[in-house]
Amino acid sequence: MTEIKLTVNGVARSDEVEPRLLLIHYLRETLGLRAANVGCDTTSCGACTVLLDGESVKSCTVLAVQANDRSVTTTEGLVTADGTMSAVQEAFRENHGLQCGFCTPGMVMAATSMLAENPHPTEQEVREGLEGNFCRCTGYHNIVQSVLAAADKLSGPGSSANTDSAEVNA
Amino acid sequence: MIPASFDYEVADSAAHALALLATRGEDAKLLAGGHSLLPMMKVRLAQPAVLIDIARVSELSGIRIEGDEVVIGATTRHAELAGSELLKAEVPILAYAAAQVGDPQIRHRGTIGGSLAHADPSADLPMTLLALGGSVEITGPSGVRVVGADDFFVGPFESVIGPDELLSAVRVPRGSAVPWGYQKFVRRANDWAIVGAAAYGGRVALASMGGTPLRATATEEALKSGASIGEAAQLAAEGTSPGYDFHANVDYREHLARVLTKRALEGKTG
Repeated sequence: MTEIKLTVNGVARSDEVEPRLLLIHYLRETLGLRAANVGCDTTSCGACTVLLDGESVKSCTVLAVQANDRSVTTTEGLVTADGTMSAVQEAFRENHGLQCGFCTPGMVMAATSMLAENPHPTEQEVREGLEGNFCRCTGYHNIVQSVLAAADKLSGPGSSANTDSAEVNA
Repeated sequence: MIPASFDYEVADSAAHALALLATRGEDAKLLAGGHSLLPMMKVRLAQPAVLIDIARVSELSGIRIEGDEVVIGATTRHAELAGSELLKAEVPILAYAAAQVGDPQIRHRGTIGGSLAHADPSADLPMTLLALGGSVEITGPSGVRVVGADDFFVGPFESVIGPDELLSAVRVPRGSAVPWGYQKFVRRANDWAIVGAAAYGGRVALASMGGTPLRATATEEALKSGASIGEAAQLAAEGTSPGYDFHANVDYREHLARVLTKRALEGKTG
């Protein structure tokens, strides 16, 4: 067993873990944080996406010990103490950015990371930025619209450089 | 899927990693981003007794200019390569290629050293290193040796790195004005190349056309002899030995090699 110390959703944690324990299982089984899902379990689908030091990662392909001394954020951690959702979460709700909902936590975390790196994405950049997240309902249209709306919420209307949507949709 | 049990060691320096390799080398694997290794461990294609985590060794990370080369630390992540203004200016083909690896999440974790050491013949960075004519620094008990890209890859998922050595850095030529092109043919987002072609000056490298990334030597020779791009690209599949799978048979891969080589030589990306 190896001791890890890390911050999860702003809370300092210290746990003894097997080195082979995957981060997704640490979050779901040890901590009871069930937002991130196990989908493909092969680094493809993105359902297990969480933030590691603010960057999106697929937690099925990260060992819990690799998160030692680092900060992890799951979808639960985007909600403030008074229950207010983040701009990205709110945009997904308002724009019906989900169907069955299984991919949604991963989509939200991937989008949160993307908008931190690129606050003004074009529609094409949003689509490429979600390359690592599959929606098997194929509900991509509203997911992309949700991310563009979140960019507007975070940076002001019209700031998502969404000028290419007409030609992309044409 | 959960990997088989292993011991976990954290190296705090390259020398520490080498010392750990010296005692456990045959049974050990180096862990950086883990995005090639952990998937293999989950399906038991790899079952190391010990993982030596080098991700926190700061001396193994970073991008710097050294004379007429850019030197990149082995644990520099794909996202850092893709976003590096230095690399975009000095070695734009490598910054572009790094942005084609996997997807954003994978690029946040995967490293250039890991990708090269994994030696996947269908991967982006091995092909790009070969096109660039770059080299790798391999550090072992007796010091550092530099191996050119042409000699580094020896077979599918096999390089010349010994069990007591580690890939410490990557060297690529500065060449902001050298024409380049990059082509990766995939059916789905974040797949490996069914065939890939990278052109840098007069050098052309191919992915998924054999057990290692390969130079399109007949194409290169033809270009040297004054052939047009179209004529030279027709020779791209000569000397290759592509396999077949549910994506493509041999004929189709050879066809793709010719088409993608032509586009790469024309300076196209995609």
